[in-house]
Amino acid sequence: MTLRTERLEPIFDPERSTREFAHYTIGRGDVDAAMRQADHVIEGTYRVGHQEQLYIEGQAMIAVPREDGGVTIHGSCQCPYYIHTAMTKALNMTSQQVVVIQSETGGGFGGKEEYPSMIALHAALLALKVSKPVRMIYDRHEDISATTKRHPAIVRYRTGLSRDGELLAQDIEVIMDAGAYTTLTPVVLSRGAIHAGGPYRCENVRIIGRAMATNTPPNGAFRGFGAPQTQFAAEMQVNRAAEVLSLSPLEVRRRWAYREGDTTPTGQVLRASVGSHEVLEAAAETGAYERHRSQNREARELRTATARIASGTGPAMAWHGAGFTGSGEVHLASVASLELTDDGRIRVLTASTEMGQGTKTIFPQLVAEALGVKSDEVEIAPQDTSIVPNSGPTVASRTAMVVGGLLIKAAAKLRDLVEADTGMAFADGYRTFAAEHGPMRVDEQFSPYPGEPFDDKTYTGDAYPCFGWAACVADVDVDLDTGEVTVKSAVSADDIGRVIHPVLAEGQVEGGTLQAVGYATIEEIKLTDGRYQNDRLATYLIPTALDAPRITSILIEKPYSGSPHGAKGVGELPMDVAAPAVLDAIHDAIGAWIHELPATPERVLAALAGIQAPLHPGVSAAAPPKP
Amino acid sequence: MTYQFHINGEAVEVQAPGMRRLLDVLREDLGLTGTKEGCGEGECGACSVLVDGAVVDSCLVPLCQAEGASVATVEGLADGEHLDLLQAAFLETGGAQCGICTPGMLLAGHAYLAALPAGQEADDDAIREAIAGNLCRCTGYTKIVEAIALAADRRSGDSAGA
Repeated sequence: MTLRTERLEPIFDPERSTREFAHYTIGRGDVDAAMRQADHVIEGTYRVGHQEQLYIEGQAMIAVPREDGGVTIHGSCQCPYYIHTAMTKALNMTSQQVVVIQSETGGGFGGKEEYPSMIALHAALLALKVSKPVRMIYDRHEDISATTKRHPAIVRYRTGLSRDGELLAQDIEVIMDAGAYTTLTPVVLSRGAIHAGGPYRCENVRIIGRAMATNTPPNGAFRGFGAPQTQFAAEMQVNRAAEVLSLSPLEVRRRWAYREGDTTPTGQVLRASVGSHEVLEAAAETGAYERHRSQNREARELRTATARIASGTGPAMAWHGAGFTGSGEVHLASVASLELTDDGRIRVLTASTEMGQGTKTIFPQLVAEALGVKSDEVEIAPQDTSIVPNSGPTVASRTAMVVGGLLIKAAAKLRDLVEADTGMAFADGYRTFAAEHGPMRVDEQFSPYPGEPFDDKTYTGDAYPCFGWAACVADVDVDLDTGEVTVKSAVSADDIGRVIHPVLAEGQVEGGTLQAVGYATIEEIKLTDGRYQNDRLATYLIPTALDAPRITSILIEKPYSGSPHGAKGVGELPMDVAAPAVLDAIHDAIGAWIHELPATPERVLAALAGIQAPLHPGVSAAAPPKP
Repeated sequence: MTYQFHINGEAVEVQAPGMRRLLDVLREDLGLTGTKEGCGEGECGACSVLVDGAVVDSCLVPLCQAEGASVATVEGLADGEHLDLLQAAFLETGGAQCGICTPGMLLAGHAYLAALPAGQEADDDAIREAIAGNLCRCTGYTKIVEAIALAADRRSGDSAGA
């Protein structure tokens, strides 16, 4: 037998790809008519590259064969039930034959949402073949080479303005580079498209989102889930609009930012819990925005040709829908449970994982508060699929709001039951109740939040039960000789609804802000012939303590009335907002716009010289010619 | 080959090839899994330990270099259930999220505190310099720097009272 293979021309540019993985059209009003009436139409094309999650603990799984012919999986992951489903399907096992136990996970950021299913399956196949436990640990090089990244994207944007500074129309095309396989691309694109207008009121909006296949490694979930890509473009357009209108970027945002009662591109009316203006004013005040801008202006006027450093200050805003998009939470139908054991212990049963963000701190806290007991009287059952119900994946900033809400409802039921029976306060009576009645378990299943149901076909309705709102003010120094950007400080104000645990919530804002600063300045994957070139920690750089700005987090509380505790979610929101703030600050410093992330020295120097930097982010260079 | 050195004050003897990574000796031969591996090439600092007081990446140190040395790992910090000053400060400020960088951060923090002259106030820039070889992806470093400063402050408070 002879086999002849032929190399086909690879596709690296998503705009040249003919294979579409997902497509959405969102819109309201009459964009074309509004554009015709506009006094100014601002056009821009924005490009962002890959970003690696770079959790410090790499991906790892252990598979242990079971006596019933099944397999038990231990490992680092965000979503034990995703692995459970993957294993039962791929290995044709019953749900009892597969047990997945999460190990306390060393960071995820979306990178351990989907990919762990793959490694678990590989380990399981080997374990079943040799009838012995198999452990697979990706070293850092394997991890960066193989696991999914944030999607590169191209966003083409037209903004129509009236002479007096009204936002008349937004016409947006989002093209995401999915890489070679579908992965979570459709849902990433969906969230990216829904957020593409930014947190601004506009009556005429058209958003077209497409995700295209390319011959590059597949992309997937990363904190923000499509929204950082599109909101970078949205914020750049707002800043350029401010320039055209001769208004301050802060003033334009004051005029345009959503208020309660406004309608989003999917037709969702923002009924309540809209903290957009509060976060904007808080960030501007704490970041000393006006003072820094005027100092920068004075310095710019005095700057000589031999000046080395230029300072700039920039604002940005963002919104982030809390929980799964559209009908996602209804389809998940999550269950969270509380158990009173016969020896009088209170146990939380959920599949929600701890990866540093604080699940195991806030769940006992919320349940204890609802039951009127101390936090340390509430324990957490292991994230083991043979013990806990499917409370859904630990993603989409949903754990505190959705699963936390279910636990509070379950706690109220348990409390009523015990108090009605014993005639005592729960705290005083629950041990006696347990001793007399034996174990008791309350399961609480998700029921839809109030509002207009989302229509997946027309992309209209309430895309999210509510939104988080953020504003950031960043201060940068730009080295005019080297093009290097130093982010000196970042103030991020975030409306996350009721704050459950201030220290943990601040930690989310600070960590998300630094990931966004990395995205804005240094984090980029270079590709040649469709392969990652910088696939080691020595070559893919993330910010160190010396690179990190001084980060100030301000928590604003506009509680959401649809969840019993008023929480809205915090994890992803800060990731959306800091990168555009840094890019606007660079413009304040050097007077030139950079339309691509990250703003590397090459791109800064090209912008200073008024030329286009040679390589767009996220696009693979062709294979070098064979010698 | 047999190598003798001290870990957290206790004498140990290890039989292993001299070029075996100190990281593997700690984790696998001695069962001290508090030291983590993040990259295996000296970039992330998750595997930081102290060798004769200096912060080193144990993934880059061969066992033979530990001969006769005094090695400190995260296991040596707490006294039973009683956390040391710096660990308590990390807990209080929220300096640890996922925890993988934490053992290395604690040791880098201890090296900073040990070099800080008594009575001298902690300096934000100097703390950042001291932990610049230890990557954290969760915290943005803010609360880690706060934790080390808090421990320095309490330590000088203690010594002033002593």
